[in-house]
Amino acid sequence: MMTTPIMTAQEFLQIDLPAMTAAVLACISCALVGNFLVLRRQSMLGDAISHAILPGIVVGFLVTGSRAGLPVIIGALAAAVLAGVLIEAVRRLGRLDGGAAMGVVFTVMFAGGVVLIEQGAARAVDLDADCVLYGQLEAILWLAPTRWSDLADPAVWADLPHQVVVLAAVALLCIVCVTLFYKELALTSFDPNLATTLGYPAGLFHYGVVVLVAVAAIASFEAVGSILVVAMLICPAATARLLTDRLPVQLWLSVLIGGVTGAGGYLLGAFGPSVLAGEPADALNAAGMIATLAGVLLTAAVLFAPRHGILGRRHAALKASDDEQDGGKRNEVVSNAATR
Amino acid sequence: MDSAEILATVTLRAGFNSAVVVAGTACLGIAAGVIGSFMLLRKRAMVSDALSHATLPGIALAFLAATALGMEGRSLPVLLAGALFSGVLGVLAIQAVSRFTRLPEDAAIGAVLSVFFGVGVVLLSHIQTLATGNQAGLKTFILGQTAAMNRNEAMAIAGLALAALTACVLLFKEFRLLCFDPGFAVGQGWPTVRIDLTLMGLTTLVTVIGLQTVGLILIIALLIVPPAAARFWTEKLWAMLVIAAVLGGVSGWLGASLSALVPRLPAGAVIVLVAGALFLFSFLFAPARGVVATAWRQTRLRLAYAEQAALTALLHGRHPPSRRMEGWLKFRGMLNDGALTQPGREAARAAERNRRLWERFLIHYPTLVPGRANWGIDPIDRVLPRDLVLELESFPESLSP
Repeated sequence: MMTTPIMTAQEFLQIDLPAMTAAVLACISCALVGNFLVLRRQSMLGDAISHAILPGIVVGFLVTGSRAGLPVIIGALAAAVLAGVLIEAVRRLGRLDGGAAMGVVFTVMFAGGVVLIEQGAARAVDLDADCVLYGQLEAILWLAPTRWSDLADPAVWADLPHQVVVLAAVALLCIVCVTLFYKELALTSFDPNLATTLGYPAGLFHYGVVVLVAVAAIASFEAVGSILVVAMLICPAATARLLTDRLPVQLWLSVLIGGVTGAGGYLLGAFGPSVLAGEPADALNAAGMIATLAGVLLTAAVLFAPRHGILGRRHAALKASDDEQDGGKRNEVVSNAATR
Repeated sequence: MDSAEILATVTLRAGFNSAVVVAGTACLGIAAGVIGSFMLLRKRAMVSDALSHATLPGIALAFLAATALGMEGRSLPVLLAGALFSGVLGVLAIQAVSRFTRLPEDAAIGAVLSVFFGVGVVLLSHIQTLATGNQAGLKTFILGQTAAMNRNEAMAIAGLALAALTACVLLFKEFRLLCFDPGFAVGQGWPTVRIDLTLMGLTTLVTVIGLQTVGLILIIALLIVPPAAARFWTEKLWAMLVIAAVLGGVSGWLGASLSALVPRLPAGAVIVLVAGALFLFSFLFAPARGVVATAWRQTRLRLAYAEQAALTALLHGRHPPSRRMEGWLKFRGMLNDGALTQPGREAARAAERNRRLWERFLIHYPTLVPGRANWGIDPIDRVLPRDLVLELESFPESLSP
């Protein structure tokens, strides 16, 4: 088949490789910290944070006039901390349900961000609601390499897009934090009361998780957008939770699923239409595709996970009733469980 | 723009079209306030968040289907039907996941919200590449835009909102039962599942008709913020519903007017900011549960307790009061040169009698203790009926500890 190639090596190196790397790194960071949100039943906190950082980002952007850089990150972090404090204040002082307190705070902050964007755009600033909502993977370019052999040249690496560098640093930070505080995180997630009686500050670790989630969300937001960050936080962790009962396995699985989702979603979005059409076609939104793929994997796990999926459990129940008739086999299973 | 123009828009005299839009948005706010109150009390606030995000793929699919069938893709009923379909699908997915798997409900909500939204974003990016694509029209559903609304659409929104409101008023008793004691409702033989589904259905209806004005990200705010603000004003359900309706209506009214007047103010965000301002005011200053009122009541209670303890101690010549309490008692005219004045002695005796009677009451009638009284501090004559107080007074002293 001699049609025009979908892409050249140069295009892939300059456009797709950096964007895909950014997507994978964002997915890995979010998936890893998302585990602790899911285990603590605080998934919606990820949603609230990812909405509430909008005004901070816009203010940081309006101050510097660029979408990247320290002021934007500082603004977003400040907004995340403010949101956390406000949610807690409304919940405690106002004696409101936690979900309602979150809903009030993050919608109002998001609305403030939207108004700021529109007013900023009125002053001919290069910012619109779209890039905030859906991310701009396409804007991550690496102009230095033109051939595959260029990758061996250190000068090319010095020109790596700053988004990729930031995301790599954040992914490393998440991995280091989770490794260092693995025992404490596991204990405070599963049994905060026991942790407190053993002398571990469960409240402190709660805020630690919140800050880590905020950092991962802020770094990833530029790549995948503010709402799709939620998919990255929750879906891989939830999928892994359905596949295993062991926390270390769950963490590794979620990172693996996150990485596969990031790469696969990007490739599907960028090349899926072209492959389907057999000729170069317009790409689909990569961030949306990543979230969609994450949802497909989660649905598969919900249905087919061996022990916790809907069909898997039914299968296990059928097998158990078979074993019931075969008493010897059942005793064997029980004794196996006892020796383990 | 001058103040006369603002006044004209807010009072619905700036042309029939904008008046209908503003009134329609206000009706939406009223209906969302009432239905959101039940959702808030049912602790389901975040489900409506997932519901609203889940409408995006439905809108995009409806557009694609209508275009493929050769119809006008932008027609509102078609798009809203699609939104309704995928919104309901999202809610069912949440219920299935949280019921049949080990995942907690909040993870199910977050996953459905983000994945449905992601599918919608992919479909929108596909529509953008179509030759016939008019994605600009669809994008208004995300952040809302009143300017795009015509007269008929506004009237339809008002009509549907009022219908939802009427249904809510008719089902008031059922919803109240469901919110406050679902277990009791089941025991009494009420079809709670069907009532629950009706409430979800009404929420879906309000969400879908609010898509165009407020947008799908922020419509949840109309369902949460006015009811949460109303909660600060009252402890009674019907009063909360009325206040939430008023706050929601005012938010819609002012937000739509402001957005029509000032360029580049998206209606949804302005409506939410108005609602947020009303919430902040209620949170701080509402008399029933507001922060200032609560702090004032707690301070008064603490002071009354300390004052009575100090007076009783002085009466019996036990330990002297602290420096601050001494100053306070002097200020009240109850203490002079370290000794109780005449009014001070009377207040001390009254406090002691009050405390003793409360003690006897708590010992002899522990099951009758009124919930909202401050035991030992509130004057017992004002809290309990006269004959009960007389009975307590007649008990022999030896029975009290």
